[in-house]
Amino acid sequence: MAYTEEELKKELETKEYEYGFYTDIESDTFPIGLSEEIVVAISKKKEEPDWMTQWRLDAYRSWLEMEEPEWANVHYTKPDFQAISYYSAPNKKPKYDSIDEVDPELLDTFKRLGISLDEQKKLAGVAVDIVMDSVSVATTFKKTLAEKGIIFCSISEAIKEHPELVKKYIGSVVPQKDNYYAALNSAVFSDGSFCYIPKGVRCPMELSTYFRINQAGTGQFERTLVVADEGSYVSYLEGCTAPSRDENQLHAAVVELVALDHAEIKYSTVQNWFPGDKEGKGGVYNFVTKRGICENHAKISWTQVETGSAVTWKYPSCVLKGDHSIGEFYSIAVTNNFQQADTGTKMIHLGKNTRSTIISKGISAGKSQNSYRGLVQVGPRAENARNFSQCDSLLMGDQCGAHTFPYIEAKNKTAQIEHEATTSKIGEDQIFYCNQRGIDTEKAIALIVNGFSKEVLNKLPMEFAVEAQKLLEISLEGSVG
Amino acid sequence: MELKDKLVNAFMAFENQVDLDHPVHDVRSAAIKVFENRGFPNKKMEAWKYTSLKSLEKLDFSIFPKEAATLEYKDVKKYFLHEVDTYKIVFVDGVYSSFLSETTHQGIDVCLMSAALTKDMYKPIIEAYFNKVASKEENLTALNTAFSREGAYIRIPKNTQATKPIEIIHFATGREQALLLQPRNLVVVEENAEVQILERHQSLSENAVFTNAVTEIFAAKSAMVDFYKVQNDNSTASLVDNTYIDQHSQSVVTLHTFSFGGKMTRNNLNFYQNGEHIDSTMKGVTIIGDGQHVDHHTLVHHIQPNCESHQDYKGIYDGNSTGVFNGKIMVDRLAQKTNAFQQNNNLLISNKSSINTKPQLEIFADDVKCSHGCTIGQLDHDALFYLQSRGIGKKEAQALLMYAFANNVLESVRIPELKKRVNALIAEKLGVNLGFEL
Repeated sequence: MAYTEEELKKELETKEYEYGFYTDIESDTFPIGLSEEIVVAISKKKEEPDWMTQWRLDAYRSWLEMEEPEWANVHYTKPDFQAISYYSAPNKKPKYDSIDEVDPELLDTFKRLGISLDEQKKLAGVAVDIVMDSVSVATTFKKTLAEKGIIFCSISEAIKEHPELVKKYIGSVVPQKDNYYAALNSAVFSDGSFCYIPKGVRCPMELSTYFRINQAGTGQFERTLVVADEGSYVSYLEGCTAPSRDENQLHAAVVELVALDHAEIKYSTVQNWFPGDKEGKGGVYNFVTKRGICENHAKISWTQVETGSAVTWKYPSCVLKGDHSIGEFYSIAVTNNFQQADTGTKMIHLGKNTRSTIISKGISAGKSQNSYRGLVQVGPRAENARNFSQCDSLLMGDQCGAHTFPYIEAKNKTAQIEHEATTSKIGEDQIFYCNQRGIDTEKAIALIVNGFSKEVLNKLPMEFAVEAQKLLEISLEGSVG
Repeated sequence: MELKDKLVNAFMAFENQVDLDHPVHDVRSAAIKVFENRGFPNKKMEAWKYTSLKSLEKLDFSIFPKEAATLEYKDVKKYFLHEVDTYKIVFVDGVYSSFLSETTHQGIDVCLMSAALTKDMYKPIIEAYFNKVASKEENLTALNTAFSREGAYIRIPKNTQATKPIEIIHFATGREQALLLQPRNLVVVEENAEVQILERHQSLSENAVFTNAVTEIFAAKSAMVDFYKVQNDNSTASLVDNTYIDQHSQSVVTLHTFSFGGKMTRNNLNFYQNGEHIDSTMKGVTIIGDGQHVDHHTLVHHIQPNCESHQDYKGIYDGNSTGVFNGKIMVDRLAQKTNAFQQNNNLLISNKSSINTKPQLEIFADDVKCSHGCTIGQLDHDALFYLQSRGIGKKEAQALLMYAFANNVLESVRIPELKKRVNALIAEKLGVNLGFEL
């Protein structure tokens, strides 16, 4: 393991949500409520062209006609969409050319988050686009990327600077009317990241976005669009946090990935939104639509570590449209206290010789409910489609629940699909074995959970893997009875 | 008129024919209200996502049975398990046929639901068991409950073993253009008693038949129930089979479903484990071809600790057939030390066939072992080549492999004659003559 026992001990002592601080930065916040005027105002604020405003309005109008979905295995008080402010931007907002110009207080926030910009710049070589509340604050390493022809900027900048690319791809994977929250997002999204990798370019560093909901009573609606042109490669990281608040905050993001012929996109998420306190009060509602489309020989790989959010409703999907395309989904979802997660993936096999792999690890503790919901669909023309799915659940304590809802639909006889799921608890003999060797129970659990999650953790980029391991331990802290 | 309205209206006519003072009448009245509110299940309901009743709802069904048509035993002999001596409860177009049946009251009760629902001596049993485990909410079960009048009534008293298997057979002769049958069966197996039951629905003509059956089975402490459903009806018959099983401590219930025939078959199997050390086993083989649809919908509800459940369903789909498997395992908080296994394997033979499967686990207890596995695939090309290289024709080689694929389920059939019969059915279904006994 990459960190020492002392570090682990220190982490475990920090029982409370460690990112639960609030940064006092003056924000420019819209009045609460949602109407066509607000949608237009957001668009205006962002100095968007007409077609974009129209696009948002289309989405808003179809959203009005849609109903909030109820099929997910989660229970929550529905958010009041008129009680949310749809735009909140850190106020002092000149365009930063270098990191020194950023508000020192904001920089301090990031330091406390452990993503100190300059440090990462030096050590990890990660280009970070930080979205705080709704607005993209800084994009590091822009110059290095620009030399390769890679565009990595906030989506509002992309709408202004690269309208032809945005116009071509936005909504092509997740249409405005896709679902209730995607429609809402399409109408009011305030910012997000845009990334374009030109033909044949291998992105030299990992691209990263960091989301944080700071202001009270705001929703975060960011939109990410990643386009990997023919033969290119990119690894993209996304991290999220929010301060502790009593009320529920709403996060409804849309992520669209487009992998053209022979391209590869690796998308990793470490989601650590505030999960609510021990009584289940507060926390973030995480209703996210993530989907990628693969052309011929393309590959999309989703890796996610979900430890936060009071309610999660998220299904990163792959549409395997092109022949020989590959979709992968690796997930660890941890729920504790009163958290509820309904998460999984969809693999839609349309092209010939398409392959997909699903590895999902669910860990439930406290009084939480953890569901895996997945769909593997093989179309009639998808010859020789291959899928392997594995969903394992680990239950800690007898107050929590683990659920599996895998849907498998095959319409082609050459399809080969395997699905297996197991549910188990941490064996007393396993703990005894560790105790016997001088490892205390708490640490033994951490060890076993790490082992249980190894297959997924291994898929994460190095820096994230370390962070994810720590997150797992913190999330499960105190759940051992 | 829509079938739903027709049925709701028919209920009044139905009331004229039954005893309104009997306690069961209140149950029926409540049930018709549920059906009136809910109507037929549709594809928007999660449980009916892959199975549609639309085409059936369009047919003009005759709802009430007329007097029994006469059937010659020699004409229908092949549908009975005639190699062995059995008790028989036979219905022709929904009416009891005393001529073809062989019932008993000696030691055990193998008789009619109509008798049980009207005669005073059965009243305590009916009050204790009738409509107790069956769902009061489910659309089609409610419809059946509302019109419940006829079916099989089987009661095995304490410490008794039924000496012969019991056959329940429903024939449809085709006197009506479209016939709706709603048999209602009640099986009460008391403490330490044992019984083997076979159920079959058979249409004898090309006219449409829609059977909406409900069977309630009570397995008391240490009881053993061995239930076989043979579904090899002709291509115009549709069946919705709702079976509810209430199991108590140390009881063992095994249920096999062989689905080879019929246009649309839907099996709703519900096991409730209301005791400790219970064993529930459900197995199924489905082999279907052009124009057929089979949907297995199972639920095992683990309510008490230390119980086991095993599910094993194999499906072979040819032509433009569609298969559905939806298996749900629920483990309550109290049900620690549960072992629940579920297996569903499918072979798609034709490019027009499709399979939708959803093996579902809902677990609220931590000290459990639950697993499910599900595969969709083809026959192993190497194995096929191996057999062919030894002079076995391709068709026969395929059949051999498919037979091996389904054999796990057949092995646990405890009536040898039935096993032989099912083997023959499989060979017939696969269209081969292997020249030796499978």
